[in-house]
Amino acid sequence: MIITSFALVGLVFVPIGLASLSASEQVVEIVDRYDIDCIPEQFQNERLAYIQNSETNKTCTRNLIVPRKMNSPVYVYYQLDNFYQNHRRYVKSRSDKQLRSKAYEQVTDNCKPEDKANGLAIVPCGLIAWSLFNDTYKFSLDSKVLEVNKKNIAWKSDQDHKFGSDVYPKNFQSGALIGGAKLNASIPLSEQEDLIVWMRTAALPTFRKLYGKIEVDLELNDKITVVIQNNYNTYGFGGKKKLVLSTTTWIGGKNDFLGVAYLTVGGMCLFLAICFVLLYVFKPRTLGDPSYLSWNRNAAGHPS
Amino acid sequence: MTRTGRLRERLRWSKLYSFSCIRPSVLLDNEAPHSLQGPGYSRVVYCNQPRVHRQKPFKYPTNYISTTKYNAITFLPKAIFEQFRRVANLYFLLAAILSLTPVTPFYAMSMIAPLAFVVGLSMAKEALEDWRRFMQDMEVNFRKVSIHKGEGRFGYKHWQKIRVGDVVKVDKDQFFPADLLLLSSSYEDGICYVETMNLDGETNLKVKRSLEVTLPLDDDEAFNDFRAVIRCEDPNPSLYTFVGNFEYERQVYPLDPSQILLRDSKLRNTRYVYGVVIFTGHDSKIMQNATKSPSKRSRIEKKMDKIIYILFTLLVLISLVSSIGFAAKTKFGMPKWWYLQPQNTTDLYDPSRPMLSGIFHLVTALILYGYLIPISLYVSIEVVKVLQAMFINQDLHMYDEETGIPAQARTSNLNEELGQVDTILSDKTGTLTCNQMDFLKCSIAGISYGLGSSEVEMAAAKQMASEASIAPEQHSSGQDFWEDNRGGFGTSEIELESRINCAIKKPRKPRIRDFNFEDDRLMLGNWTKEPTAGTILLFFRILTLCHTAIPEPNMETGGFTYEAESPDEGAFLVAAREFGFEFCKRTQSSVFVRERDSSSENAIEREFKILNLLEFNSKRKRMSVIVQDESGQINLLCKGADSIVFERLSKHGRMYENDTSKHLNEYGEAGLRTLALAYRVLEESEYSAWNAEFIKVKTTMGPDREAQLERVADMIERDLILVGATAVEDKLQKGVPECIDKLAQAGLKIWVLTGDKMETAINVGFACSLLRQGMKQICISTINCDLVTQDAKKAAKENIFMQITKSAQMIKLEKDRHAAFALIIDGKTLSYALEDDLKNQFLSLAVDCASVICCRVSPKQKALVTRLVKEGTGKTTLAIGDGANDVGMIQEADIGVGISGLEGMQAVMASDFSIAQFRFLERLLVVHGHWCYKRIAQMICYFFYKNIAFGLTLFYFETYTGFSGQSVYDDWYMLLFNVILTSLPVISLGVFEQDVSSEVCLQFPALYQQGPKNLFFDWYRILGWMGNGLYSSLIIFFLNVNIFYDQAFHAGGQTADMAVVGTAMFTCIIWTVNMQIALTMSHFTWIQHLFVWGSIATWYAFLVVYGKSSPLISGNAYQILLEALGPAPVYWVATLIVTASCSIPYLAHISYQRALNPLDHHVIQEIKYYKKDLEDQQMWKRERSKARQETKIGFTARVDAKIRQLKGKLQKKSSTLSIQMVS
Repeated sequence: MIITSFALVGLVFVPIGLASLSASEQVVEIVDRYDIDCIPEQFQNERLAYIQNSETNKTCTRNLIVPRKMNSPVYVYYQLDNFYQNHRRYVKSRSDKQLRSKAYEQVTDNCKPEDKANGLAIVPCGLIAWSLFNDTYKFSLDSKVLEVNKKNIAWKSDQDHKFGSDVYPKNFQSGALIGGAKLNASIPLSEQEDLIVWMRTAALPTFRKLYGKIEVDLELNDKITVVIQNNYNTYGFGGKKKLVLSTTTWIGGKNDFLGVAYLTVGGMCLFLAICFVLLYVFKPRTLGDPSYLSWNRNAAGHPS
Repeated sequence: MTRTGRLRERLRWSKLYSFSCIRPSVLLDNEAPHSLQGPGYSRVVYCNQPRVHRQKPFKYPTNYISTTKYNAITFLPKAIFEQFRRVANLYFLLAAILSLTPVTPFYAMSMIAPLAFVVGLSMAKEALEDWRRFMQDMEVNFRKVSIHKGEGRFGYKHWQKIRVGDVVKVDKDQFFPADLLLLSSSYEDGICYVETMNLDGETNLKVKRSLEVTLPLDDDEAFNDFRAVIRCEDPNPSLYTFVGNFEYERQVYPLDPSQILLRDSKLRNTRYVYGVVIFTGHDSKIMQNATKSPSKRSRIEKKMDKIIYILFTLLVLISLVSSIGFAAKTKFGMPKWWYLQPQNTTDLYDPSRPMLSGIFHLVTALILYGYLIPISLYVSIEVVKVLQAMFINQDLHMYDEETGIPAQARTSNLNEELGQVDTILSDKTGTLTCNQMDFLKCSIAGISYGLGSSEVEMAAAKQMASEASIAPEQHSSGQDFWEDNRGGFGTSEIELESRINCAIKKPRKPRIRDFNFEDDRLMLGNWTKEPTAGTILLFFRILTLCHTAIPEPNMETGGFTYEAESPDEGAFLVAAREFGFEFCKRTQSSVFVRERDSSSENAIEREFKILNLLEFNSKRKRMSVIVQDESGQINLLCKGADSIVFERLSKHGRMYENDTSKHLNEYGEAGLRTLALAYRVLEESEYSAWNAEFIKVKTTMGPDREAQLERVADMIERDLILVGATAVEDKLQKGVPECIDKLAQAGLKIWVLTGDKMETAINVGFACSLLRQGMKQICISTINCDLVTQDAKKAAKENIFMQITKSAQMIKLEKDRHAAFALIIDGKTLSYALEDDLKNQFLSLAVDCASVICCRVSPKQKALVTRLVKEGTGKTTLAIGDGANDVGMIQEADIGVGISGLEGMQAVMASDFSIAQFRFLERLLVVHGHWCYKRIAQMICYFFYKNIAFGLTLFYFETYTGFSGQSVYDDWYMLLFNVILTSLPVISLGVFEQDVSSEVCLQFPALYQQGPKNLFFDWYRILGWMGNGLYSSLIIFFLNVNIFYDQAFHAGGQTADMAVVGTAMFTCIIWTVNMQIALTMSHFTWIQHLFVWGSIATWYAFLVVYGKSSPLISGNAYQILLEALGPAPVYWVATLIVTASCSIPYLAHISYQRALNPLDHHVIQEIKYYKKDLEDQQMWKRERSKARQETKIGFTARVDAKIRQLKGKLQKKSSTLSIQMVS
């Protein structure tokens, strides 16, 4: 019985593994690290100064080659590295009440140290919002602008229920310290999808966040030009920045691990099944054989 | 009462008794009033003036007793204190308090709610148990007794209302409500009989006598103006001493223990007594003796504490790791993390003071990883135990239909200990025997009468017959030989069987209590036709005359019932009545007997003058009466222990000695109590010469009066002529031998500790098959010396030491594998053997013996022996008893079992479990004990597994968050984890799990050994489970982290945030731990299915509901299942693989173990599953018989020994035969 169950698990898992591997294979992914290359030659030794200086020109142009045909929609992500969005101090520094409704605008207790600017409540308050990612990407294909759709990149429920349509940014980035992006004070938070995406803190220090969608197919060897406004400071903490273009399948983005894991576990099960078969062949024990009862074994040293 | 009754009772026993009731008529010098001064003698009792005792300084406690732990006011503080004595609870309390500060990683609610729930539940249980105790106390407090209300009127009052100084009247068969001074009784000379069973377990009645001066107070009116003062010792626990003075009518009289009636003893054979209350309630001797029942904890629980400490160490360790990591990250990393605004921090995250932040973080980490410690473990165990206890209470197989008493688990925290018992220490009277004697056999003039067989014999025969039918297979080694001799054995088998059958088939006559004799040669007057009719007549005369009983007309049957000092005497009288000699009246000097002649139906009433009565005591071991019949002939009739009687026979009185002693041996082997009967004809002159001397000695006063009396008695009790012997069955309780047999097969050792005499104890030993013929009995006794000097003590001790070492050597040198030894030791010797320097030798000797019987032991010694076994062997002991004398032992043992029989409640009150009859012990241990042990063991292991699997994932995540103390799970998930999501399946495991059914447990007592061997809770297994937890945590965390890494997990392109990862991981945990428990269970009912799969379903249901709730509550988990995870196949696929990979190693392990190394219950499960037992009944039966442990006690062993003996004989015969052939 145990043999069949092991074999069965193995037989189920191997196909699942193959299926996920092939799904992962179908995903086309372009990853481009730009944080170092986007710093002009003369600033390479003082990257931090460059990024913190508001005067410097932060524009940077990258060229990407499409390795395989990418079917629409092509998702655009930015990936940060070594960024502890999961730090307790960071995670706690937000006010869900304030984000949700105008009535709670003043509720900023959890947002310290980014709760008030000049004595006035910041909307949206807290470190998370304050450090909003502010690089921007402009794509063009053969000097034709590729539209990036920034709508519907956040969870629908977040937009509808967690970020109020009557809550407008106030006193944002007006303190002594300027963190990341500024927000358009005339657009309610529920429409600020970049913010909404950002506010979903990542579990790991390496994470991607959705930037937008390119809603046209990209053909093989298409040369995409990206104009990056390299604003966000990852140099201070030695983080990397990457731009990612990816398609998805049913398993989401590229994820070989899942398939490999399934194949491994499935393979192990089959192996175990074979082991038990061998065990059964060489050392058979009929189920319910009374000679295995302890008193029988102790008494006469029964051949086991 | 009628006038006649009153007359009959105007017996003056003191005139009749030779020893105990005689009161010196003059005060001796040394019996002057005690000088009661100094501390310890402050008590003053104003008799009949209870009002005086309402105010200080004579205000003594009322007779209200309370054995509860708490009262309404102290309950809360005390119970809370008790709860937080558990380290784990204290830890959680601290954590809950700290969770109110900013250090906490969780919301305060999520720490406080589970703690409140857990502690509240435990306290509710405590309260319930205490309430039960309270109700029991109330039952006692509200008993009623007749009390003097003034002006010579008596009325009933509750026990609790009694005060010191009250005069109470206690009627026959009532318990004394407090310690009383006996003033007078319904007998003219102020004597009363008391049964002290509840105090010391002794079954024979004790005689108490009042002071001469209070004798006139034998009427209600007499108390109208009765005034007296008692000055005596303060309350103390010594049952056998009392010092005090009685000041009455300006005279002072000394008091001694024989005037004191102790609470919880019972008035017997006396219509009523008057007494004045001296000690009430908790001052009474019995209550002073009550030690506080110690709180007992099972071995498993003690070990569990150790595991908790291990987990605490682990907790501290990983907290340290994480706080050091945090300090380092804060110091070196944080200044660069501008997004945390390191320049504006609090102490918690101050990069400039990383040490301080590190210390704060240590606290945070200790709280965060608290999930390693299963908070709900204690409470779950308690819930499980209460439910298990309910099963025990409701078990119909342990319900006594006769008395309507079910088994009761009085403390539920020892259930699993029942499965690990190694030694049973049992009381005898009331536990093994029912204290009822049946006249079963007799030997008269060298002929044995009585066909009825004792229960033991019947059961043994039955067993032997069934054993014989499977014997050929069992003894396959001597197969050929066996076959050859099959015929010979077969006949005996048939004989046995026919005997059983006839015993069963015989139409049952209406059974007479105390009488179980069947032999037509003697019954219905047929005895006159026997050739030895003369001797038989004498035999019956001795039965009817040689006793101290009183007949009581029974209105219902028209016959008589007899009030006897010991149950044997009652049995003799009933027997004599059945034979046609009805003892019908006793007067001061005569006994009247109705003799029914065989020829005529009408009975002749004969009068026998009782000239002297030399009563029984334990030193003399015999009793005699000197009677003069109507023709004027004087006879001395004597009954006594065979050894004593035999040595007093005259030369020509030994005619039947050989036959009789042969019969006595047979009876003894069958477990019957035997007495030899003899007589002597006295010449008128001889008697009067003796009597003159006797009276002289009787009236002289002096310290050696007792010895003198004995000497004189000894003079006349000589040159006896043996008549015969009686065999009385000390009736065992139903099913006792079978139960002992089964328990022995389960590998349990059984010790009998009894207050009774050695002979009685040995008889019962035989009756229960604890002893058998051919067993080597090691009797250890003291050389008799009454000197109390140091030297004598030393010598006695050395002597005992010699005996012990000699016996130990004997056992060591014994070659025969089947040789069995029995150790029999008496109380006096035991007092030496229990001293520090001897006790280890004694214990090692006792452990080597198959059975141990300790006789004449005091309650204290019972407790000491129990402690010796418990501490000396380090194994679990179980004490079982029914009387107050067993309380010490019951409290001392790891498990105390009380027999809730007819007598008193002390044992039951002190016990952890109570059962109605001894035979239920088998089921209690072998079925419930076995189950509970496995259940609790598995449950605890699983708990640790589950919490390690969960708790460690939190730690792994920390390494990804810069050790900041952020948890990946939502607070609500964690709150629900222990309390709801994983608690019910494990509780159902603890309550319903059974490896094999109860029938199989009973059929294979050997399975019980898994408990005492601790196969299911050894370190190997515990660490295995912990390892499994560690493995699961690694798999769950790293598979999930890698699956939900940086890429999109959703076809809509969204990436995984913390809520998604946390929820996915948590789903995997729920699946894994529930799969694990499903794999662990071997017994599924719909309840287990409901709980296991229901828990998983609950988790999803919770996610949906939680996701639907306002985002202010659910935060990032808002709509998580329906919107984010549900539509993503990766989530489901990840759950599947994680669950599978977590279960595979366990599955592989158990299947490997099963394939190569199956445990007994595995094989039996399989046999049952494939219904092999039905197909191959031969095999099933064979295994059942083989499963019996090699035992040296119990029937089975007895039968085995018999078979071996038979075989040996046959072998000898055949070998001699073959030798003859050769020659």
